[in-house]
Amino acid sequence: MELNRLTIHELRKKLKEGETTSVEITESVFNRINAVEDKIHSFITLMKDSAFEEAQKADKAIQEGNMGLLTGIPIALKDIMCTRGVRTTCGSHILENFIPPYDSTVVKKLREAGGVFVGKTNMDEFAMGSSTETSYFGITRNPWDLERIPGGSSGGSATAVVADQCIASLGSDTGGSIRQPAALCGVVGMKPTYGRVSRFGLVAFASSLDQIGPLSKDVEDCAIMMNAIAGYDPNDSTSVPADVPDYTKSVSKGIEGWTIGIPKEYFIEGIDPEVLAAVEGAIKQVEKMGGKTVEISLPHTEYCVAVYYVIAPSEASSNLARYDGVRYGFRSKEGRDLLEMYKMSRAAGFGNEVKRRIMIGTHSLSSGYYDAYYKKASQVRALMRDDFNDAFKTCNVILTPATPTPAFHIGEKMDDPLQMYLCDIFTLSANLAGIPGISIPCGYTKSGLPIGLQFLAKHFEEEKLIQVASAYEKNSKIEKRRPDL
Amino acid sequence: MKITREGVDYVAHLARLNLREDEKDKFTAQLNDVFLYMEMLNKVDTSGVEAMTHAISLNNAFRDDVVKDSIGNEMALANAPDEMGNCFRVPKVIE
Repeated sequence: MELNRLTIHELRKKLKEGETTSVEITESVFNRINAVEDKIHSFITLMKDSAFEEAQKADKAIQEGNMGLLTGIPIALKDIMCTRGVRTTCGSHILENFIPPYDSTVVKKLREAGGVFVGKTNMDEFAMGSSTETSYFGITRNPWDLERIPGGSSGGSATAVVADQCIASLGSDTGGSIRQPAALCGVVGMKPTYGRVSRFGLVAFASSLDQIGPLSKDVEDCAIMMNAIAGYDPNDSTSVPADVPDYTKSVSKGIEGWTIGIPKEYFIEGIDPEVLAAVEGAIKQVEKMGGKTVEISLPHTEYCVAVYYVIAPSEASSNLARYDGVRYGFRSKEGRDLLEMYKMSRAAGFGNEVKRRIMIGTHSLSSGYYDAYYKKASQVRALMRDDFNDAFKTCNVILTPATPTPAFHIGEKMDDPLQMYLCDIFTLSANLAGIPGISIPCGYTKSGLPIGLQFLAKHFEEEKLIQVASAYEKNSKIEKRRPDL
Repeated sequence: MKITREGVDYVAHLARLNLREDEKDKFTAQLNDVFLYMEMLNKVDTSGVEAMTHAISLNNAFRDDVVKDSIGNEMALANAPDEMGNCFRVPKVIE
């Protein structure tokens, strides 16, 4: 039995009944990493030694009858979440040797739940990208076709799950960075409501958009991970002091009588015909399950890329000002005075895409342009939020494709930033509005690439996403395939 | 509005980025493409619309005024590229 192939809920049962141990599960995970990591490169840093210590501790806890939510379960972390004593690079040269003095809140929560940390996964530098190609530490390959990208920016967190190099993982999503790689790799990925999960210890990209969430093998595991990480944190003043439901209660409930909104603006020219066919199949499926579908309109959808690529780089240019070569991170030895040292350190420490976004953001915020770009984009953002609020008056959840195309080829969009930005066209608006979204597999192309389906819900209604995604997963009977590695 | 090469120089200075000549050329072209695309925002009538700065409206996230432990000097300096006498050391600022 290959334990690493199982889900959290399956392994929990086995652990509880004494059929296996965390050490055995952790061994199967690291055996798999040894076998396939060279081919796909999911990880920047492996945490093998501490993982086995944690696994032994977990086994002892289970023997003593102290089983937490994730006791003994191997989990991978996107290398954007601070881990005390374990380097956290954010995919960047500038943080190559950064060793955080504290754990991010999500890491602390997973530790308290008994999780075993496998390693830190590869990502686009500072989470800026849709393909994991901008990482300083080299690209990650899509396990379904090694010549294609896995999506991004949480590419390594998606490949590690689908290649069974861990049981589940955490990613972060600023414009689709969990849902898009989940879709392109064929796993489940959720971006919670802004404020639902603490961002304390998450390296900041765009602070009004960033949110941490799980990537998992099925919807029930997504619910378990959400139970572990959701909730108010006094260390993050933007986290929301609201009650957190037990998300696993929404699994297997059915959606009879629900109204599912289908936004006409998401079925545009340029969407891949195989993606379109799979999503149309999913629409028929939710109708079969007792859901009523209605066409809705989100009239400002066409502006989401423009709004996002003003707001996210603006916030990033401000957030990334902290990398100055003084307190931590890379410092160039060439600068003769302080100003030169700043400029040379940042020039050598940041990659191309990060520089480009800092330039876009700095220009947008600079004197004389602020009203035309940042303020204008923030106003259109308000209209987009209002679109969703109006839409949710007539439907319980919204159904859309997760991405316009399946995974594209490595290098295909690297020289055309605008084309790369357009990959996120269906995921960006959830971040701008702050609402939760989930991406789940809804089929494969003829050539065997996964296709993702997205559901969106109102603020703090993650349980509705779990409910509809779980019902879809159970009823659609999408064949569970594994990439041949 | 067209972004010139001098404009790129100026923004790079504001962003504290030392760009190579070829980077300046490339960014001049790419920034023009990106900001040309963003012109579409002008089609939207936003008169009277209040700008949205945050996804969730939370005000006054206060905490109790209680002194808590900090990470301490040694840990704060642990990642410093250069340090001296419990301080971060930087190149000369004043002649």
